[in-house]
Amino acid sequence: MNLRERQWIIGGIFLLIAIIFIGRLIHLQLFSGDLQDYAARLTQEREVLEPARGLVYDRNGQLFLDNQAGYDILFTPRQCRLGGGMDTLALAQLIDLTPTEIQKAIRKAEAYATYRPSSIRKQMPASEYASIAGELWRFPGIQVRRQSIRTNESGLCSHLLGEYREVDRDDLQSNLGYQLGDYKGKSGLELQWENELKGEKGVKFHLVDVRNDYRQSAQKGALDSMPIPGENLILTLDMELQAYGEKIMEGKRGSIVAIEPESGEVLAMVSAPSYETNLLTGRMRGANYDSLLRNPDKPLFNRTTRATYRPGSIFKMIQGLIALDKDLISPRTRIPCNRTIIGCHGGHTNDNLEAAIVHSCNPYFHEVMRRMIQPRKTTDIFSEARNELGEWTKSIERFGFGTDLGGNFPGLRSGSVPDTTLYDKLYGKKRWAYSTIYSISIGEGELLTTPLHMANLAATIANQGEFRTPHVVQSIGLNGKPAGTDSLVQTGISRQLFEPIIEAMNAVTESKEGTAPLARVPGVKVCGKTGTVQDSKGNHSVFIAFAPVENPKIALSVYVENAGAGGDWAAPIASLLMEKYLKGSVKQANKELRVIRATYPFANAKQ
Amino acid sequence: MAMGLLNIASSTSGAEAVEWFDLNSKVGKQFIWVFIALGIAAVALIIEGEFFIRTTVIHYVVNIVLLIAVLLMGKTVGGAKSWFGIGSVSLQPSEFAKTGTALMLSWLLSRSDGKIRNIKTLVQSALIVCIPAALIMLQPDAGTVLVFGGLIFAFYREGLSGNVLIAVFCALLLLIATILTGASSYHYPGLGVQSSIGWLWLVLIGLGALFWQLIPGLIVPRNRKRVRKATLICLTLALAFSAGVHSSLEGMLKTHQKERIYVLFGIDVGNPDADYNIRHAKAAVSSGGWTGKGFLQGPMTAYGFVPEQETDFIFCTIGEEWGFFGSSVTILLYTMLLLRILVLAERQRSDFSRIYAYAVASILFMHFLINVGMVLGLAPVIGIPLPFLSAGGSSLVSFTILIAILLRLDAERSYVLH
Repeated sequence: MNLRERQWIIGGIFLLIAIIFIGRLIHLQLFSGDLQDYAARLTQEREVLEPARGLVYDRNGQLFLDNQAGYDILFTPRQCRLGGGMDTLALAQLIDLTPTEIQKAIRKAEAYATYRPSSIRKQMPASEYASIAGELWRFPGIQVRRQSIRTNESGLCSHLLGEYREVDRDDLQSNLGYQLGDYKGKSGLELQWENELKGEKGVKFHLVDVRNDYRQSAQKGALDSMPIPGENLILTLDMELQAYGEKIMEGKRGSIVAIEPESGEVLAMVSAPSYETNLLTGRMRGANYDSLLRNPDKPLFNRTTRATYRPGSIFKMIQGLIALDKDLISPRTRIPCNRTIIGCHGGHTNDNLEAAIVHSCNPYFHEVMRRMIQPRKTTDIFSEARNELGEWTKSIERFGFGTDLGGNFPGLRSGSVPDTTLYDKLYGKKRWAYSTIYSISIGEGELLTTPLHMANLAATIANQGEFRTPHVVQSIGLNGKPAGTDSLVQTGISRQLFEPIIEAMNAVTESKEGTAPLARVPGVKVCGKTGTVQDSKGNHSVFIAFAPVENPKIALSVYVENAGAGGDWAAPIASLLMEKYLKGSVKQANKELRVIRATYPFANAKQ
Repeated sequence: MAMGLLNIASSTSGAEAVEWFDLNSKVGKQFIWVFIALGIAAVALIIEGEFFIRTTVIHYVVNIVLLIAVLLMGKTVGGAKSWFGIGSVSLQPSEFAKTGTALMLSWLLSRSDGKIRNIKTLVQSALIVCIPAALIMLQPDAGTVLVFGGLIFAFYREGLSGNVLIAVFCALLLLIATILTGASSYHYPGLGVQSSIGWLWLVLIGLGALFWQLIPGLIVPRNRKRVRKATLICLTLALAFSAGVHSSLEGMLKTHQKERIYVLFGIDVGNPDADYNIRHAKAAVSSGGWTGKGFLQGPMTAYGFVPEQETDFIFCTIGEEWGFFGSSVTILLYTMLLLRILVLAERQRSDFSRIYAYAVASILFMHFLINVGMVLGLAPVIGIPLPFLSAGGSSLVSFTILIAILLRLDAERSYVLH
């Protein structure tokens, strides 16, 4: 080959390389999506902008739940190394962690990512942060991120409001879009209205450099979105009444539920003993939770919706109402107090309905229920009882017993109203008659109700036969009442049949023979009914009431566990609450003092 | 035309500098170097070509002295003693040695009529290349040594046997095969787990034996003896080369160099950071897509994800910010420049000019091949600048001089009679 011709070979090699390179460019730049994704992951950092969680107000605009400024202490292992390391023990002391806690947090941060910040101390309150802010610069790799802390300033109503805390494994796996480190409502209203309260996260894409520092916004902010704050929750609760109820119940076990009868709006829900919501928000949650859990008073237990008691004497009013409705008795019907069938108390012998309620006569209502369950139309008492009980169960359930009362309350127990299925199971089919189950006639036996159901009963009587399903949310943001939370429920019993019952309830507080003179409120006509629920550790003192009689504004149930007779403690507490709500302040100083001084365990509770 | 390319390339170099960092010093420095380079080019263009021819030996000797001096007094940057620090300015004599060597080679070869077929000339010219290459190897700067190896193209044009090119190509193939098999292992019956390189050797011997058997059928009888001898020599050389490469891979190379080579072939080295450079470089080029992200808009290169982004990995910036269009235009421009130099070379009337032009083309080609190949993940990571685009005064000035001398010689071709 002529040497001159070798230029073509050399030129050909040059061209070949150019073609190879351009081919490679086509491969890399036009068909390598994974590499492009990798580049985007490297250079873009997604910053999540947390929305402000909705606030929770009472009916008068007072704040129950607020977001206050707090700080997360963040640690970036790489920056710490580059900055020459730090004295972790000094840092631990500064941010109030134990040496083991900080070692654990640092190890966790290292394992997560060396160049990204991980939080080693969460939700430090602003007050605490202010005192250490000046010292933090000494620790390389330590940064601070503002984060709001859910705060219950008043410390009231913890059971109902519920917990707001960091998501756990279940939440992360729930597919609801929660990410590690997010917070959410875990119980109570915080959980029930989580979707409304949480708002929407915003996001901001940054271009970052190789040290992961933000340099500029990606694509000029085209992908960014602002956070949308959560809706505020306006509750039906009256904060002052709630506060007063919690104060009154301090040192006791029990509950108060107060309802505005006309609207079904719950005014107060007190479960004692209580705890401060804030105990379960900070990093001491674990320890606090354990000690609350071990406390024999069961402070975490929401008695208003979770505790079930036998209704006792209070149930007699419903028995009377149903019997009136079925025309089995009239208000004037007298029944002898035959104490050989069932025990009784007091000096009465032959009461009419009103007197029987005032005296809480057991034989009277034993007979009333016999007429419903065992009218003796046939000789087969087993079939008869079985046939008639179904009707009775339905009538009781129309008062809301054994139901979830519209389902507005997280964790509300339905309680139980015995029906044929239950007795068939307990005794066998056709193996039971009225003589087997008669104890339910006076509100004992297999009946179970919660304080909320009992308050609702008071409201139903106050409304003479109907109730709005009780609820605590008055409005979500400006959207008004959540749909379907205050539907009107009819018991099916006509209004005038309630009059003798209401009169009897008035007599309970005002007549000489009434069991609850302590329930009186000066200048207000009060209706009430005592209950005394037997318990091995001493009877529970129970009282339901509403006032004023002419135009009921408040209906309530009061339970004081192991305290004695209904008239002794529950009645005066109801009196104080009604006075507080109706008059704005409490003038019955002696009654108030006596109640406040009384604490668990009560003397003479066993009778 | 070459002049125009030079201008474009230089000015791009200045403009590219803006995006490397907001640090004015780096950009400013590069601008100053552009002006210095243009100034020196102007001077070189004014000086008569005869001057370069006459002072070639002086050039060469000065360069050798500088290379020795830098080994003794240079400052160490990144593990290599390649730099003279004069105040805030750094100079890299190995960049200028390329020009000197190209001139010296042209001078020597144009002097001997017998060209390279003459063994004496071959040894002499090989020495001219090997002395500076050896000195640079001592720094050590493997990339620049490879560039000297590229002068084989100039040798080829001047009469070196084509078999040598083929041999180099075969050696490359064998090298790759050695690396691939050497890195994997195989369970040999009776011998336990060993490197699977044994298979490669067995295959080589088998191929040799096969060819040996075929010789009577393929080769005319009078040549058979010669071919048999050649086969034996080739086989021995191949085995020796492969074994040499394998043992030097295992024994001589530093861990990071070995990892770079393995990473190139997709061999898992158990070190997630081993392919950091090349992975990020490829990702940066890839993220450019069709049209790129636009001038100054490439986050991979602007924010430090790509190492050495203003020098060795400058092509990433082009890929990310100008996309497929920009980078293929760049590649085409380089190729056109190279081919243009070949055309210039062939129209020279003097041997000196022609050989020099081929040397220039070879040097530029090797830079282009290794640098772009590295960024695209086709060649191992070897630190070597991309002519006219990479930041760095020494390389810019030396390439400018390299080209300027060529242009001057070209301009004089009409009155050089040979």
